[in-house]
Amino acid sequence: MAKTLQVDLVAVEEKVWSGEAEMLVARTTEGELGVLPGHAPLLGQLANPGQVRVKLAGGKELAYEVSGGFLSVTTEGVTVLAESAVAVER
Amino acid sequence: MAGSVRVLRRRIKTTRSTKKITKAMELVATSRIAKAQERVNASLPYAEAITGVLTALATNTNAKHPLLVAREPEHRAGVLLITSDRGLCGGYNVNAIRTAEQLIARLKTQGKQVALYVIGRKGVAYYTFRGRELAGQWSGFSEQPRFDDAKKVGELLIEAFVNGADDSIDGPGEDGILGVDELHIVYTHFKSLMTQAPETRIFAPMQVEDRELAPGEILPAYEFEPNAEELLDELLPKYINTRIYAALLDSAASESASRRRAMKSATDNAEEMIKKLTREMNSARQSAITQEISEIVGGANALAAAGSE
Repeated sequence: MAKTLQVDLVAVEEKVWSGEAEMLVARTTEGELGVLPGHAPLLGQLANPGQVRVKLAGGKELAYEVSGGFLSVTTEGVTVLAESAVAVER
Repeated sequence: MAGSVRVLRRRIKTTRSTKKITKAMELVATSRIAKAQERVNASLPYAEAITGVLTALATNTNAKHPLLVAREPEHRAGVLLITSDRGLCGGYNVNAIRTAEQLIARLKTQGKQVALYVIGRKGVAYYTFRGRELAGQWSGFSEQPRFDDAKKVGELLIEAFVNGADDSIDGPGEDGILGVDELHIVYTHFKSLMTQAPETRIFAPMQVEDRELAPGEILPAYEFEPNAEELLDELLPKYINTRIYAALLDSAASESASRRRAMKSATDNAEEMIKKLTREMNSARQSAITQEISEIVGGANALAAAGSE
């Protein structure tokens, strides 16, 4: 079984989404970035506004419009901190 | 006597309608407490995450950010006081203002000038009525604060703090703007439904604790994008905003709890008053009837006596 990634997407006023995913794609101020399970610890500032995409097991994909965000990758998983995060319909 | 019965009846009616209002306010406040607590809980994940990130960042860098360094000596202190927009909430505002006043007095004995920032119409009214100058004031969101409100407040405070960096005791420094060297916040902490206590916290310069490592634990070697200093620049103001937001939410819950208690005792008092007035009215009515009867009987007796003679 392929390893999965624990993703937490938290906005200031609420927890937006939390769960297991295969991959997370976000754009930091330096450029687009994909996080797979086992990624090295990383702390990044997200582009403002930027889109965060979460690829779930089974091919489904979630997208959020994030402003004022940060990305923190640890050995436990990925945390996206945002001032606001709105789901985008695609 | 019939007049006093009418007066009493009118008083009972007004008391009854007052009771209806206080009862409704009590119910509204009760539901607001639950909502406020929900929002406090909803904001926790972010607060925890940002604290974790900041701790990781602070332990990984030696960056000396202006928001983290204590200044020597401190000339001016900023105090942010959170009060409510509306009254009828018992001692909530009085207690918060008193705590702020104590803090201000203490800062003044330390030889610091104090700049006061106030949130909430009641606190603003208190200070403008006394002719005291406010460095900043906001109102209109004390019961349901949003993060944008906290951000507004935070931006001004951080600006004042950064401006204060080059001030001397005699006046503003090179930038010509008078800032502050430390920031305190006075808010009301929600301990339980029955107790809410005003508290004082210092939130700039910040103390980010280097976390104690558990034995055998290795801190992850973070990569930073863009770099640690820039990240700190971006993160610290956000962290302060989060702290202000948390204080606002806590105060909002306390305000509702305080109002609920005040309105509950007002309702209880109204009930007691209605009871008392009803008794008074009944006895007045009864004595009026008794008097009337005795007057009739007396009159009849007098007539009978006059007839028998």
